[in-house]
This record gives sequence, structure tokens and C-alpha cells, in this order.
Amino acid sequence: MNYEAKDFKSAQLVRWCPGCGDYGVLSSLHKAMATLGVAPKDTAVISGIGCSSRLPYYMNTYGFHTIHGRGAAIATGVKVANPKLSVWLATGDGDCLAIGGNHFIHAVRRNVDLNILLMNNKIYGLTKGQYSPTSARGFVSKSSPYGTVEDPFRPAELALGARGRFFARIIDTDVKNAPDVLVAAAQHKGASVTEVILNCVIFNDGINESIINREIRADKTITLKHGEKMIFGKDNTKGIVQDGFSLKAVTIGEGGYTLDDVLVHDATTADPTLHLKLALMDGDELPVALGIIRNVDAPTYDQEVEKQIAGVQAKKPSRTLRDYLLTLDTWEVN
Amino acid sequence: MAQETKVKELDRVVIRFSGDSGDGMQLVGTIFSNLSAELGNQIITFPDYPAEIRAPHGTLSGVSGFQMQLGANDVYTPGDKADVLIAMNPAALKVNAQFIKPTSVVIIDTDSFQADDLERALFMTGDPFKELGLSSVQVVAAPITQMCKDCLEGITDNKQALKNRNIFALGLVCWLFNRPLEIVEKLLSEKFKKKPDALKASLAVLQAGFNYGHNIHASVSTYRIETKPQKKGFYIDVNGNKATAYGLIAAAEKAGLQLFLGSYPITPATDVMHELTARKELGVKVMQTEDEIAGICTAIGAAFAGSLAATNTSGPGLALKSEAIGLAVMAEIPLVVVDVQRAGPSTGMPTKSEQTDLLQALYGRNGESPAVVIAALSPTDCFDSAYWAAKLALEHMTPVILLTDGYIANGSSAWHIPDLADYPEIKPPYVTKELLAQGWQAYTRDAKTDVRYWAVPGTEGFMHRDGGLEHDFIKGTICTDPDNHQKMTEIRQSKIDKIADVLPFQEVLGDEDADVLVVGWGGTYGHLSEAVADVRKSGKKVAFTHFKYIHPLPKNAQWVLRKFPKVLVIEQNTGQFAGYLRSKIKGFNPEQFNRVKGQPFIVARLVEEINKLIKN
Repeated sequence: MNYEAKDFKSAQLVRWCPGCGDYGVLSSLHKAMATLGVAPKDTAVISGIGCSSRLPYYMNTYGFHTIHGRGAAIATGVKVANPKLSVWLATGDGDCLAIGGNHFIHAVRRNVDLNILLMNNKIYGLTKGQYSPTSARGFVSKSSPYGTVEDPFRPAELALGARGRFFARIIDTDVKNAPDVLVAAAQHKGASVTEVILNCVIFNDGINESIINREIRADKTITLKHGEKMIFGKDNTKGIVQDGFSLKAVTIGEGGYTLDDVLVHDATTADPTLHLKLALMDGDELPVALGIIRNVDAPTYDQEVEKQIAGVQAKKPSRTLRDYLLTLDTWEVN
Repeated sequence: MAQETKVKELDRVVIRFSGDSGDGMQLVGTIFSNLSAELGNQIITFPDYPAEIRAPHGTLSGVSGFQMQLGANDVYTPGDKADVLIAMNPAALKVNAQFIKPTSVVIIDTDSFQADDLERALFMTGDPFKELGLSSVQVVAAPITQMCKDCLEGITDNKQALKNRNIFALGLVCWLFNRPLEIVEKLLSEKFKKKPDALKASLAVLQAGFNYGHNIHASVSTYRIETKPQKKGFYIDVNGNKATAYGLIAAAEKAGLQLFLGSYPITPATDVMHELTARKELGVKVMQTEDEIAGICTAIGAAFAGSLAATNTSGPGLALKSEAIGLAVMAEIPLVVVDVQRAGPSTGMPTKSEQTDLLQALYGRNGESPAVVIAALSPTDCFDSAYWAAKLALEHMTPVILLTDGYIANGSSAWHIPDLADYPEIKPPYVTKELLAQGWQAYTRDAKTDVRYWAVPGTEGFMHRDGGLEHDFIKGTICTDPDNHQKMTEIRQSKIDKIADVLPFQEVLGDEDADVLVVGWGGTYGHLSEAVADVRKSGKKVAFTHFKYIHPLPKNAQWVLRKFPKVLVIEQNTGQFAGYLRSKIKGFNPEQFNRVKGQPFIVARLVEEINKLIKN
């Protein structure tokens, strides 16, 4: 069956602030779902609490807007109970990494086949402007008037630290490239984490400008593609090379570096070391990595559960409670 | 010279096996109860574990016990005080001295009653019986350790021989109760199926214990327990936690649904998970999650996806699940929450039993958040209660909190394996094509029950968004309209209240014309039944009613409670159910008897309280 983006749009009026990055994510998601071709009836979008967690209301699928931080656990239950469903989790930096941190790392560790959309705007929007676990040290907000005195989480570190097999990054407004990444995230069997670099137009406006501004984006970001050289820059003249134990951005043809020195991206290697290094590039010395950084196959929890049950059923004949109880130490009264 | 043996014919007898937590007392207790059940006795058992996994050897904190009452009929509890105590060391004797009758038979292992053993159990003198004031008990002082070693010489080493002390004691008890060894031998053969050496040793020691009893028989009483014909069919021994697991499986089978359990280990509820996760041949899906919250949240997700979903926990875990239960109330999702109550507050006494979570179950959530609360009466009733919890959850699209407790969860009795054909149908209110044609929306309800219809993901045409925000009365979309919230609050309550329409009427047992009505709820059913029976046997009139359905109450509850001049509510808390009844029934003000000791009630004490009220 062929679907169009509009088949996934609900009739509900979208109520994010004008200019919110969530609009872009929603649009990319509608497109990605049309490309995927899974029927709306077989798609479930689960969320926790926060601005981004309103997303299920705008989907013409089955949707469940749950409680703060617990979306990953609830989505896990949905997928394990019915692995035939395509299950998405819409979550934000507070929902996913503060109150819901525990459920997030365990969903990733178990490798439940969920598509996790982590909308990271580094701020609490719905409660009107407190710092989040991804806000930079020193960040000034309503709850940190003198700046925070704590270091933020970097989502990739948590995801890969929890043995994440799929990690990607997109920009909220990049509706040209984002849908393809979301399609790949959904096609990946297991927990996929897609971090969205997101702008909060009200409480944290412009936080990502130093990276995503159209003037400089080409130099400040690199879009990784599996099997291709890590080249970036306005004229594609820059590349990522290995430099001892580190990565380094170089200009090809300068400093003795040639195209041959530039690394070729391998998203599928099991060893996460270089994936983590790529994911932690922050736009300062090295460009922020976009696209699919890691995409490794591994058994998924939901399928392993099915397999285990089938395996036991192949060996044990009882299919009803009574049949089973009669195999125990019974005695008969006549 | 069997004719010299004093044989006591008894209706009921109470036996307590006791020793170090590593002595295998639970094992021999279980074997003896299974054996007696197989011979046709009614049996109730109760294990009493220490909180420590393995406390220091021979110390008071390490004593583990297993008590059972057997009889021909009217066995409702493991009994107050023991007729026979098996004390494998001085600590076991000391801890259990309070739980035995003055003329009990006490079996001890003299080899573990030496000076240093007595010292470890903090005895001041060399005569523990005198020190404890046990002047009239009949002591069977057997050198059990040495006899095990002698019996197994050349078969196993001494270390292995010592592991069989419990089996020797079992052999001795079998003689004491005129039990044939064949059934024990069969049970041991199953237990040690894969360990032929251990089996050989245990069978030898079992016989030696029995023979020892035979050789000293003239000196103590032995017992003969009458048996009574029971309902025909197959029986097994079951504890409350297993029965709870089976009840959920039965409900899933009857409803034609997959059973899902999300769970996090917590004493004394974990055995429900153990049983369900082992039942993969029956297609049960169990997740051991990262915490209590994820336990219920995975279950909510599974219920949303169309499974019969449950989570099991104990008091502290129920507290952690509160917000998620509120979500299930708000999103009108079927869910069973099993709370195996333990002594609290906070971590409290995890291995001890209480009825102190009632108010938490009823009210422990933010907002007006009504859920169904029911309470299981006995180990075997956990099956029926779990079945009904699931039935009500699925048919009325609501969370149901099932309260059991540590006492019935671990206590066990013989259980007639049910035929599910005898159980009522379970028919969830699924959406239908006809509803769609009539303009179904996410919160369209059945006018009779106020229950919304269940649109399971994967069903074409019924895609909708649910959640924890207030819903529009019909559409189910987000709505903050004041009148809508009033209406939704009322219908969430009326949906629960209407469940009373399908509940059985509250029954009154005993004397309808009595002045005093004894009221209980949940897991104290056995103790209250026995106490009421004892009062009536003494020629006095008393009526008795015991509640399983708490929210909502059965339709005739008010009528029953107002019918008697004096009402005594007995519960293991400081008066939670009594207070709840006062809040529900205007002007109702019952007498109370409350104990929170973490131990089961003592029947004799209840009899005393009931008699006090009858006299006045």
C-alpha cells in the first residue's frame, strides 16, 4: 500500500509555539512514515510529558501521551506485547534524560525495537524555562539565575554507554535530509536513537545558531554516510582524519593531508569507539556529526522473547493452564 | 510393642518445624504437608522466614520455621500454637517457645544442644527447657546428628551426612503421625531426580528416623488425624502467590488474550513473577524491568497494545506505581496490580504480613482517581480473586488493585484443580464495525456500564490518541473545559460504582439472629472463620461477614452492616477498613479490634474479643 504524508496527519490543530522546531520534526516524521509504508493502524506513537511529547496528538496513528519520563517503559510494553506494531517514542531532553533517564538507558540496553526521537532543545519549555540535563555548564535560566554548576549529559554518550546500536542526528528544520534518517532509524531492528538538534523559539532561541546557521552550517557540520569519505565544508575541501588517539579536521591538500588520509565512515562496525568520537564532535574544532553515526545489527529484545516462547513451546506440550497443572505433583480424590 | 503407645485421636493438629535457615526446614515441612494432603487431610501451612538470607549459624536471628495445621475439617489457619515442635537447635527452641502448647511434643537434636550451641542462643544455664519455663512438654531428645553420621557411614562423608538431619527429623515425625513412608519416598525421588547419591542418602536417613521413633515409641504421644472425603478430582498443594499467577493465566485463557507481566523483584511478591516467567509454554510474557515504575509502565503499554496486563509488587512498590495507576485510571486502560502486602511503613518488615495498604490502594493517587480494589481471602482464593481482578479490569476498562498479603502469599493448602468451564466468561468491550457506523469516537461509552470501548492498535478505522491529560467527554481529545472535567470526574467514578451490579452479594455466615456481627476483609478470612466457629461451638450466637470486594462494595453491604446491633471489625492495621466503612455508611460506627505485629492473628485472642462483645 502506498501512503502519503497526509495519511499520517491527524485532524488535531497543532499547538506548538509559532517557530518551534517541533513542527519540522513532525513534518519529517509524516514523510518518513509515508516512505516506510507501515499502515497508520499498525503504527503506535508513544510519548512522555513535555512540549515534544505532544507529538502523538498530531499523528493519525494509534497514540499514547503518557506520564513524565515513562514513555520508554510504556513503549517497551507496547512493542514486546505486539512486535508487529511499528513503535515510535517522542521524547525531549528533560523527559528522556532527567526523569526518564533510567527507562531510556534500559530500553536501549535491551535493544527493544523502538524508534526513539530525542528532541533536544536543552531547556524545559512546558514548565517555562528551566535548565535541562543537556544545558551547558554555566547556563543561565529561571532555575539557574547565576548559571548552572553542573556538566550536561551528551545524549550519544548515554546511548552508546547503554550499548546503543543505532545513533543518528538531525536538525529540526532540515526537512530535506531528516526523513531519510528517520526511515533508516525505523528500518533498523532494535532501539534506534535519533537526536534532534532543536530550537526553542521562546526560552532558548538561537541556541544552535553557531552550528546550523545557513552561512556556516557547511563548515560546522558534517553529514556522515556509511562507506563514504568524511568530507565537509562549503566546497567539500575539508575532511576528518585520524590523528593519534584523536580525530582532526583538516583541509585536503594542506599540511600534507590528501584525500587518501580522510576516514571512510563505517556505521556498521560493532566497536563503538570511533562512533562515539564522531558523535561527540561539537562544532568547535571538529564539525557536529549529522546523519547515521552508528547502525549495528544485534538481536532485539522483542524478537528474542518471541523466540524463547516458541522454543519452550516446541519442547513442552501444555497449552492450557489445566494441562500444565496436571503435570505437577497431584493427587486424585475419587 | 505398639499397644503401649499413647495414640491421640485429634480433629486438628499443629506442627512446627524449626531450625537454622540453612537446615532445610521449609523442605521437610513442605514434604510433610504434601504427604498429609495426599492422605486426605485439610491443610494450611505457613512458612516463617528470617529477613536475613543466612544469618550466623545457630543464632536467634537465623531461625526459620514452617508451621502447618492438619485435620479432617474446619482447618482455616496454620493454627495458633503447636502440638509438635521440631527444634533443630537451641535458638529454634527459644524463638518458638511462645508458639507451642504446654504439653507439646518437642523433638530436639541433642548433638546441637551442647554448651556452645546454648551459648550462641543466649541461654544462661545448661537446661534450656527449665529456663524457658517449659516444664510439662514431652521431649524427644534424639542424637540426630550422630545417627545421621552412623547411618551414612561409608555412603557419604560427614558434611553430606549433616545435610540430612532434616530428613531424619521428617522420618521421626512420620512415625509420630503414623504416616507411611512410601509417599515421602516418592516425593524425595522427584526432588533428587538428578542426584542419585543424595537420594540414596536421604532414603536411608528417612528410614533411620522412622525406626528411631519406633524404638522409643513408648515414651511419647503419637497422633492419628481423621480424614474426610473431599470433592472429587485432582488436587495440588498451592500457595497464594502461585494461585495468583494461575488465576491470571486462567483469565487470559478465558479472554483469549496474551498475558503480560511487568515486574520488579520485591519481597513477598516475587514468586508471582517466578511462576509466570516459567510458564512460557502457556505463552506468558514476563519482563523483569529496571524498577517498579517500569514494571507497571510496561504493563500499561502491553494493555494499550491489547494484552491482559498485570504488575505485581508489595507496599513500597505500590507507592512507586501510584502515578502510573493514575494514568491507567485516566486513560481507562485495563490493568491488574497485585499488591502482596507486607508490614510497613517504608521498608518495614518485608517478610512479615499486614493489611496496611488498604488506604493506599483506595486513595494513594493524585486527583479523583477511582480504581477497583479487591482482596483475596486465602491462599487458594488468590486464584479466584486474580481471575475476578482480571475479569473486572478487562470488562470495565479500569485498573484493579488486588490485595493479597505475605501470609496468604506464602501460606499454602490443598487446591482442587479447577475446570475453567465453571468460571464466568470474560468479554472485553471491543470496538465493532457497527460502532464505527454509529459514529464511534475514542470515548464513546456503553450507556449501561459507562465503559469506553477498547480499540486495540492494529485495528483498522479506530486510530486514536489516548493519554493522561483530561479527555473530551466524547472525542477523547485534550480538553480543559470546566464542565467537561466535572462530567469526566463523575463518570470515572460511576463506571466503578456500576461494577457493583455484577458483583455477588455480601454473604452473612453464622447466626442471622445474633447481636454481634464480626467483619473482616482479605487474608484474615481463615483466622476469623476459625474464631467464629469456636465461639459458636461454645454455644454462643455470632454472625460473620468477610469482604473480598472493597471498592466498590457489594450492593447489599450497607444492609448487612446495619442489620446487627453490634459490629466488630477485625483487621491487621489500625482501623483502615473500619474507617472506610464509616466514610461510606452514614452514622455507622463499629467496634474495632486491630493488631499490627506482622504475625497472623491468634485465634484464641479473637475468640476472647468476640466474647467480650457478646457479653456486654
